[in-house]
Amino acid sequence: MTARSVLAASAAVTCLALPALAEPQAEVLHWWTSGGEAKSVAVLQEEFAERGGTWTDMPVAGGGGDAAMTALRARVLSGNAPTAVQLKGPAIQEWYEEGVLADISSVAEAQGWADVLPDQLAAHMKCDGSWCAAPVNVHRINWIWGNKEILDANGIEMPTTWEEFNAAAEKLQAAGITPLAHGGQAWQDATVFETVVLGLGGAEFFQSALVDLDPEALGSDTMVQVFDEMRTLRGYVDDNFSGRDWNLATAMVMNGEAAFQIMGDWAKGEFLAAGKVPGEDFTCSPTPGEGYLYNVDSFAMFEVEGEDKRAGQELLAELIVGPSFQETFNLNKGSIPVRSDVSLEAFDMCAHISAEDMAADSENGSLLPSYAHGMALRGEPAGAITDVVTAHFNSEMSSEEAVEMLVNAVAAAQ
Amino acid sequence: MTKWLETQVPKLVLAPSFVAILVFVYGFIGWTAWVSLTRSKLMPRYDFDGFGQYAKLFSTPRWDTAITNLGIYGVLFIAISMALGLLLAILLDQQIRVEGAIRTIYLYPMALSMIVTGTAWKWILNPGLGLEAMVRGWGFEDFTFNWLVDPNMAIYTIVLAGVWQAAGFVMALFLAGLRSVDGEIIKAAQVDGIPHWRIYTAIIIPSMAPVFLSAFIVLAHLAIKSFDLVIALTGGGPGYATDLPATYMYAMAFSRGNLGQAASSAMVMMAVVFAIVVPYLYSELRAKND
Repeated sequence: MTARSVLAASAAVTCLALPALAEPQAEVLHWWTSGGEAKSVAVLQEEFAERGGTWTDMPVAGGGGDAAMTALRARVLSGNAPTAVQLKGPAIQEWYEEGVLADISSVAEAQGWADVLPDQLAAHMKCDGSWCAAPVNVHRINWIWGNKEILDANGIEMPTTWEEFNAAAEKLQAAGITPLAHGGQAWQDATVFETVVLGLGGAEFFQSALVDLDPEALGSDTMVQVFDEMRTLRGYVDDNFSGRDWNLATAMVMNGEAAFQIMGDWAKGEFLAAGKVPGEDFTCSPTPGEGYLYNVDSFAMFEVEGEDKRAGQELLAELIVGPSFQETFNLNKGSIPVRSDVSLEAFDMCAHISAEDMAADSENGSLLPSYAHGMALRGEPAGAITDVVTAHFNSEMSSEEAVEMLVNAVAAAQ
Repeated sequence: MTKWLETQVPKLVLAPSFVAILVFVYGFIGWTAWVSLTRSKLMPRYDFDGFGQYAKLFSTPRWDTAITNLGIYGVLFIAISMALGLLLAILLDQQIRVEGAIRTIYLYPMALSMIVTGTAWKWILNPGLGLEAMVRGWGFEDFTFNWLVDPNMAIYTIVLAGVWQAAGFVMALFLAGLRSVDGEIIKAAQVDGIPHWRIYTAIIIPSMAPVFLSAFIVLAHLAIKSFDLVIALTGGGPGYATDLPATYMYAMAFSRGNLGQAASSAMVMMAVVFAIVVPYLYSELRAKND
């Protein structure tokens, strides 16, 4: 067999395997660069290659996506947008308004996305009624993680109201244990804040205050109570919390230095990586109150030139929402699949709670977008609220002052 | 021909860098000024909107904090660095042994990047693992030094780290200045029996005025553009208690998607720099024309 015939044979095989004319190309901008996340992206990359596509990876680490967004802006301004970009929530709409997103409705319709995605989550993926992004996962934000050993030793049940939480915290403090592990970074303060808003105000209040930005709700007595509770929580945090990273706070719970942490379900990944077992070493339950705050990661598809790139975009969208990637990715990432028809057999108990609550809360109207993680609001009003929350949490400001500041800041940001 | 070349070659050689500076410095200053007058959010837009962004900027509590912090940090950083630098220079000027080695030791912090300085001081000042924990470990249980986590005091930790870094450099500047004073005058003063300290206050320091001015200009612009030190040391926290204009601008431009607001804060920062540099340039240029 000569070299020529080998070439001819391989060319023939390629032609057989790929009836499509254009070879799918995709350049993917994302910031999933840490351990579990990088592994998850590699899964997608492999699936993409198996289907004959060429994947150009463009990971930009740093700043929780800030660095990637800067890179994206430069690329879009120079008229050379990547094929797909990790974007979420209102940011998708913001980019759509700049007129740079592509329409992937054909894939969505062919794959029947509308039937398998919860309506509310699907709404984030649509721009003016047509699909422009593909959802990857659902993170729940309002989790409270507990150290089982400490809680059992002190006879504490997982609290279901904030009063119960405060009572449990007092008890723990008396026993010399830091009740709440917390990292003093603005986004972590905001995370705790939104769970308190949901817990004390309920789903409707959350919707009007942090999604619709109703000035009446923002300036209400309920909001004063929320800030009062934030001040109380400040007392349950150790003195050394400023600037601490979230995973160090998780480690405090793991090592028995602290009893609780309020954090999204990526914290579960830390527990699991340390060999802890849910239900035995640590507990996962929703924060006090009813409702479900979600953070959905997704890939937005940008307008690109060329048949091969468009084919790549469509293939990518199909794979991302496909059941096999949804399962593998979310097992690695600690979140749950966004599709309602993926079997959860391989998932742990926390994921089961998350999936059941999502279905239930979706029916009750208490499935809500997280403000602290950029699902509910655009950058500016969200930032304005976070500024007030973190200023209040880290000073002696009174709750009334904070509420007044909040109303003014939100009004100025609109 | 040679004559023509002699006069034209320098201009030709300088032209590319002149053009580059014109476009990339002054051109982009102009562009930033324009963006600061628009309603640009995620991407630059060029619809004129008047001074709305500036009005918004000055009604934002976070910007107030940033400007106040710049005042505190700028004044203390410059004053303490200069005072400490001068003191170190005078002490080093006493014909001591191993002066070279000591000079190098004091100058070394300048060789570190602000990120390293900030991270090291973050650990030293962290009440849970740094100085406070150490002194408590020695048995002084009541010792507290928690400036880093105290919103009212955190800005002073930035002054502390900044001074640590810059004082050695200022010392080197002053030392050079001290050495350049005419030795004859000093000897004459010594012959007249004038006390040592009087020689410094009445003769040497007044004759070092240009060095003071240079040190001031260098420190002032370091203070105004301070960014990395804050990011590494406090991350702007607790809350936003240690925000400076530069970190405010970064947050607006890169995390909040608010280019208009970022551009207007950048223009205000530039105005502050101008307020310091223009009088200096003016006096320099006038001195040369005289």
